[in-house]
This record gives sequence, C-alpha cells and structure tokens, in this order.
Amino acid sequence: MKKSHIFGVIIIGVAIMIIISTAGDASTYVTFGEAKEFAQNGDDKKIHVVGSLKKDTNGEVVGLKTSPDMLSFSFQMVDHNGVEQSVIFNEPMPADFLRSEQVVVVGSYNKDLFVASKILMKCPSKYQDETVEISS
Amino acid sequence: MIHTFVGNLGHFLIIASFITALVATYGYVKSVYAVDLTEKSTWAKYARTVFITHGLLVMGVVGTLFYIIHNHYFEYHYAYSHTSSVLPVYYQISSFWEGQEGSFLLWIFWNVILGLVLIKTNKTWEAPIMAVFALVQGFLVSMILGAVLFNVKIGSTPFLLLRDVIDAPIFKTDPNFVPVDGTGLNPLLQNYWMVIHPPTLFLGFATTLIPFAFCIAGLWLGKYKEWVRPALPWALFSGVVLGVGILMGGYWAYETLNFGGYWNWDPVENAVYVPWIVLIAAIHTMIAFKKSNNALKAAIILVISSFILIIYATFLTRSGILGDSSVHSFTDLGLSGQLLIYLLAFIAISIFVAARSWKHLPTDKEETSAYSREFWIFMGAAVLCLMGFQVIIPTSMPVYNAILENFGIESNLAPPVDAIGFYTKFQLWFSILLALLSGTGQFFWWNKMDKSKLKDELFLPVVIALVLSAIIIMVGKITDISYMLLLTAGLYSIAANGKILLRVLKSNYKLSGGAIAHIGIAMVLIGILFSSGYSKIISINNTGLVWHKDFPDEINQKNLLLFLNEPRQMAGYSLNYRGLRKIVDGVPGYVKSYFLESTMDPTLAVVNREIIVNGKTYYSIGDTVRLKNHETSYFEIEYQKANGKTFSLYPTVQINKQMEMTVYSPDISRTVGMDLYTHVRTFPDPAEDTEWSETQEESISIGQTFIVNDFIAELKEVKKIDEVRGVPLSSEDVAVKAIINIKGKDQEYVIEPIYIIKDRMAGRIPDISHELGIKMSLLNIDPRSGSFTFGVNTTQKDWIILEAVEKPLINVLWIGTLIMVLGFIMAIHRRYSEFRKMRDKESYDLA
Repeated sequence: MKKSHIFGVIIIGVAIMIIISTAGDASTYVTFGEAKEFAQNGDDKKIHVVGSLKKDTNGEVVGLKTSPDMLSFSFQMVDHNGVEQSVIFNEPMPADFLRSEQVVVVGSYNKDLFVASKILMKCPSKYQDETVEISS
Repeated sequence: MIHTFVGNLGHFLIIASFITALVATYGYVKSVYAVDLTEKSTWAKYARTVFITHGLLVMGVVGTLFYIIHNHYFEYHYAYSHTSSVLPVYYQISSFWEGQEGSFLLWIFWNVILGLVLIKTNKTWEAPIMAVFALVQGFLVSMILGAVLFNVKIGSTPFLLLRDVIDAPIFKTDPNFVPVDGTGLNPLLQNYWMVIHPPTLFLGFATTLIPFAFCIAGLWLGKYKEWVRPALPWALFSGVVLGVGILMGGYWAYETLNFGGYWNWDPVENAVYVPWIVLIAAIHTMIAFKKSNNALKAAIILVISSFILIIYATFLTRSGILGDSSVHSFTDLGLSGQLLIYLLAFIAISIFVAARSWKHLPTDKEETSAYSREFWIFMGAAVLCLMGFQVIIPTSMPVYNAILENFGIESNLAPPVDAIGFYTKFQLWFSILLALLSGTGQFFWWNKMDKSKLKDELFLPVVIALVLSAIIIMVGKITDISYMLLLTAGLYSIAANGKILLRVLKSNYKLSGGAIAHIGIAMVLIGILFSSGYSKIISINNTGLVWHKDFPDEINQKNLLLFLNEPRQMAGYSLNYRGLRKIVDGVPGYVKSYFLESTMDPTLAVVNREIIVNGKTYYSIGDTVRLKNHETSYFEIEYQKANGKTFSLYPTVQINKQMEMTVYSPDISRTVGMDLYTHVRTFPDPAEDTEWSETQEESISIGQTFIVNDFIAELKEVKKIDEVRGVPLSSEDVAVKAIINIKGKDQEYVIEPIYIIKDRMAGRIPDISHELGIKMSLLNIDPRSGSFTFGVNTTQKDWIILEAVEKPLINVLWIGTLIMVLGFIMAIHRRYSEFRKMRDKESYDLA
C-alpha cells in the first residue's frame, strides 16, 4: 500500500470517529412528555425542550417567580404539545428573557420540576410584535 | 418633521451601487474574454471606472446611514432600534454595525477598499479577479437592496422609515410622529472592543475573498500555478486579520460577559473558527505548491473551502437557523432564502470551475517521501482540516434538521449539552499533534533531512521540552495526562521553532516569520491550557453559613456575600465592599453614588455632598454634573493582600430600562502570573425603596455618647444655619443642624439632620449614612433640659454577592497572540516582496 493511501485511510478513520462521537454526544429536542418518560426510565441525560412562556390573554407572562435575591427564578413554560411545566433556573434571569417569543431549556427532570442548566431565547423578529413607546 | 430626503438618497445610492457592481462584473468579464489587446484594455478601463464609481456610491451609503444615526433621526427604524440620543459618538459607531444591514454594509465597505488596493497593485490579474470581486460585491449589496421584485423581497435596506416597518396605532393618527428617543444600543455592545472587533472581523471576512478570487481566476484562465504567488501574501493577511478578529471577540467576551471565559464553543463562534482554521491549512499548502502538485490541488480545494465556509457562516448566523442552539439571539430578517441561494450559487460556481480544470492540473509522478517538507506540511494541513471538521459537524445540526424536515422526516437532533467538554476532548488532542508537527516540520522545511540528521536536530529541543515540562508538572501539580502532553508538546514546539529562529536570524531575518508565528501559536496553546484548565474559583464560602436557604448550592458554596464595609477573608485576600460608585465627567476616579441625586435627564445628576478628590474640590452641593456611561454603576471592592498591599476592583452593573436588561460585567486585576477575575452576581434592587426599621427615639444632650445600630455615636454640636438646600428661608424662619459623629470600623462618619421652623411650622430633614445603614432625624428640641430628641431608623446594610476566579498564565495566551501576529506580518512582508519582484520582472500579459 502506498503511503498516501495509509494517510488517506487514517484521515477517513478519524473523520468517521468524529461523526460517530458527535452522534453519540448529540442531545435531542423533545417535549416535556418525552422528557418525563426519560426521567422515569432512569435516564437522566440532559435534553432540550422547545416552547414558550405561559402568557395570559393580555399577552403578559404569568407564573414567573424570582427568588428574593434574584439569583434564581422559576417560570411556567408551555411546550409545542401544549403541556405546561414549571421550570427552575439557578441563575439570575437572563436579559431579554421576558421579551422572548420562544425559549429552549436544556436540562432534566428532578422529580416534578424541570431543572434547566441553560436557557436559549429567540427574540421576536424585527418586523413583528414591536411597538413604539410613546412618551416624552 | 420627517427627513425623507436623506433616506431616499441612501436607498438610491444602494440601488446605484448594486447596478454598478453588476456592470463592473460585466465589464471585467468582457475584458477577460476579449481577444484583441486594445479591446481588452478598453473594457478593463471601463470596468475600473465603474468599480471606482461603485466604491464612491458605497461610501455615500455608509455616510448617509451614519448621518441618520448621528443626527438622531428616530423616524428611521435603524436609528430608532439601534441607537438613542444619549449615546456618545464611539458607541454611535458601534451601533452602526449592531444591525444586520449595517454589518453587511461594513463588509461591503471593506470589499471596496480591498478591491481598490488590488486594482492599484496588480494590473496583470485585475480583470479576472475583479470580475469575481464585483460579482461577490453585487451579491452582498443585494442583501441590503430592499427591493421587491415579483413579490419576492430582495435584501433589507437600513433606510426604512419606522412607520413603514412597525404597525403601531400612533402612525394611523399621526403619520408624521417621530419618537423622542431610540431604544438604545444593547448594553452588552457598549464596550470599546465592540468598536473595533466587528471591523476587524469583517475585514477578515472580506479578505478571504482575495485568495478565492485569485484561485478562481487562475483556474478560469488556465494559469493553474501562477495564481498562488500573488494570492499568498493576501491569504496570510486574511489569516492574521481573521485570527485577531476572532481573538478580539474572545477578549470582549472575557471582559464583558460574565461566564468567566473567552471561548464558549457557541455556534456563532464556531462558524468563524472553522473557516479560519481551513484558511490556515490553505496557507500551508500554498507555501508548498512549487514542489508538489498534490499541495497545489489541496491549496485550490482549501482556498475555495475557506471562502465558501465564510458564506456558510454568514448563512448560519444570519438566517435564524441557529435560533434553538445559540445563546446569541439573532433577528431573522426573512432573508434566509436569499442567503441560501448565494451559498449554493458559490458552491456550484466553484465546483464547476474546479472540476473543469481538474484534469489539466499537473500530477506528481513520485510518491512524497516522509523526509520531504511537503509531507509534513500535508500532515499539518490534514490535522487543521480535521479540527475544523470536528467543529462544523455538530455546529451544523440545525441544518440537518431543516434538510430532513424538507424531506418530510422529523429530526430532533440537538447539539451536545456540554459544549466545552465535547469540543475540548477532540481539539485538545489535535492541538497536541499540531504542536508536535509545527515543531518537527520546521526542520524539514529548512534542511534536507535523513534519519541521523533528524536525530541530531531534534535532540536538543526534545531535551529542553522534557526537562521544562517535568519541572512545571511537578511544581504546578499537573495530574491530567492530556494536559501534560499538551504542555510538553507546546514547549517542544517553542524550543524547536526557537532553534530554527536563531539559525534563520543569522542568515536572513526576513525569513523568520514562520518560526515566530509557530512560537506564538504554541504559547497560545499553553496559555489556553493553564487559564482554562486551571481556572480556579477562589470565592469559596468558608464561613459555614448558608447565604440563603433558597439559593442553589452552587451559589451558596462558590460565592461570597459581602456586606458594606465588612471585610471577609478569601484565599489570601481580605475583601471589603466599599459601596456603589459612578463616574462623573471631569472628576478623576469614582464618585460615591449617594453623593448624586438623579434628575429627569438620566445622564445628569445633582450633587448633594461636596466632591473632593485629593484635596481639590471638583463640585459643590447643588451642582449639576454629567455622568459617564450613566447606565453603569461600579461596585468598589477593596482587596488587601497578606502583605498589606491593597488594590480595588470595580466590577459593574449596567441597567438598561428601555430594554429591561441588567448586565453585570467583571473587573480584572492583571498581574504577570495570573488574572484575578471578579464579578458581582447580584445586589439589592436599587429601584426598590429601602426598608427602614421602626423609629426609635433617643434623648441626648451635647457631648453625650450613645449607641446606634451597634456603633458608638456622639452628639458634637447643634448649630443654627442660614441656608437649607431646596428650602428658601425668610428672616422669621429658623433652621438648626445637629452634627453627630459615628465611629465606623475604620473611619468616622458624620450625620447631620436638620430641624426647621418655617412659617411657624416645624419641619425635619433627616440625614442618612448609607455606609452604616442609619437614618437620623432631629425630632424635638427641649430648651429647658438642653436635650435633643432624635429619631433613629436602621436598615440592612448594602450587600453584594460576588464570584472571584483566578486565571493563571492567561497573559501567555495574549502575548502568544501578539507574537503570532508579528510572525504573520513578517511572512506577509516576505511573500509580498517576492510577489513584487516577480511582477516587476515579468510584467507579463494575461493574453
């Protein structure tokens, strides 16, 4: 075998290893229902859940609780299947949180509470939902 | 009034610059295909004039947009949503590129500058490369075109009026309504790094086009090898600018964001890391093109890939596709389709051009020997490509999901949860390989090698590396195998390249760029190893107390609760929180925030105590002062070392009311060996009213000492005063002031409550010591007994919760960066003079 072939085989080998490892470490986007099933089956792997903040008819966020010192907070999140879940996040509320139209929480169930280790937010697209503040 | 003219002008300039870009492309293509020499140069001259016009038009667009921002024309959506009237000029500049349109404009601007430089310096290649350039420019300008063709939106212009963008009811009643102020610049971007990081990064983006243009031009014209030499200095320039741009982003994150690091493996960071690393691989193969045709082929593939990856990065970060996987929130302008079309178009063009010429490329007859320099270059390039590959595969997960969804398959792949751990596990080992290769490969580069010679050459560097790393491993108590290997490999690379450097310096210092750049990279790796691998939280809670039972364990254990003026011990330091500070224009240092009272204008404040610094009075009571960075407050934290030396750090909090954002930023004490990084996690909400205890009454006569809130206090005197701020006194009114000294832990405080009889009514003006948490008012004066009754209220003292982290040897990382930049500059200089010599000697024609 020529040296360049060996070289090529090694590179392809490493590339395949990378792909396999990526697939192995990849997380998944699931609903709260599925996440709960994982937890009940003893799988405490962290997963991503996509959803939005619970809002009342006026569009105000409801169910938000901040710890007295603003170091952690919990909120009500509704996933794509409409399942509501209370989520706790052990960090101060991220900037922009209340304005987000979609949130992704990364974490896992601890009994009935979903403990998030990371929160990602998608803020409203520029050309929607924006209002002009009229004040002087 | 609405200034419609300037916006129309801007929009017109964009359209004109779009058309001129396309016309210039056409002219240059015509010039390339012209057979007749005069025809060739006529077309080239024509296209050049058009491109220069295009450049002027782009400058016009930039100027117009900045004019709108600078003059606070909030009737424009761009000015309204990215700036506010209180922004200083340097942040107006950074607000320019906060929006997508502005950042495209920045990119377009750099392309114009680079295009003009190329026209000036390279007449031979002008027509074909500028054809590629102008075409790319057309694509970029179309992103901000803001035209609608056949119901398809093409680009998004920054010159839209607010009323055309936002459907607010106010515009129905008053179409000429102009908001008084804009929503302001995101507080995270109000940082000087944000003034220079984006231009650098976009210059890096723009420069990747140059090697790409040369490569496409070379393949197009059948000059399969000749394109490399003029492209090489530019590829090096692109490599250093992009690299510095990326690191600046890391430095900004380190200084501004409080995740405590400089790199987070966020998709947005990865998206530019990958093209950079591929570009570096491309540079290495370009250097070896003369001897090896395989290297030439690799160079073609890699140069094209790095440019395509830049467009791919643009697609990833601006199409909104990363929305679920990146912490950076991007607004989707609805242009993802357009971006996707461009991405696919450039891939198609490149593949077509490359495939067409592939069979014409020369091939190597002989197998590359393991002792040849080309072999080592290949190994290095391969490792670099694998590093990029390892990052781009997981970063692209949202793309796989989107593609599969288009085929009706539901896919819910999400990126790895622990990004840092996941990427490090690969990148660390690749870095070890890189360090070893960059050390060893250099010997092959400069000398013909065989087995015995190699042994001689490697002996010294290997010994130095082993001895040094053994010492560091013992002293630094390094136990992780992979860290030991990286340290040894890094030291080996420094020693080997150092040996080469000494030799090259003796013969011709101009050739030393490579050795210097490699030393820099090795230092960067070692710096990353220590500052990230051995970053240590030192704000450990040793008090045995739980700060609050509702706090998560992590915060109770790894953060310190500091009360105002109550020192606490931490890892060899005594920490003392001294209070909240502000920066006032014209006053050196910081001013205590309770010296200032807010006014209607958030940038102004009224002084309520004399501001004296070093014996000089800067402002007196009642003066109005201007605040610098008015949204930002500074926590003064005094550190005392065991040897008694003190220094203060000022981590900040910025509260942006319009955006409802509270942003904490760290402050860093830099010493040679390590950085001490401190940031505040939380503090009492300043908007909330202070809760005072119930009033306690104390009857005291002059000279008497008493206890308030556990402090010893003494009533010094009570005197009549003639003036009370904010209260006009007539001749019949009386005002007296009590002066009470209170002994604090390390200094004496004075509280001066006032008692007034105005229009026969008694009034009391209490005085507050924020440092002590005491409020006192003079309630009653009893002339017979000579005693005074005071009302005393106390409150919980101000507090903060902070985290402090040590980052050892982080300076090695930054110094390594500078050394790497120096190496690049020397290499650029060398390669550019080689190109110039060739150009001036041959001055051949493309025909």
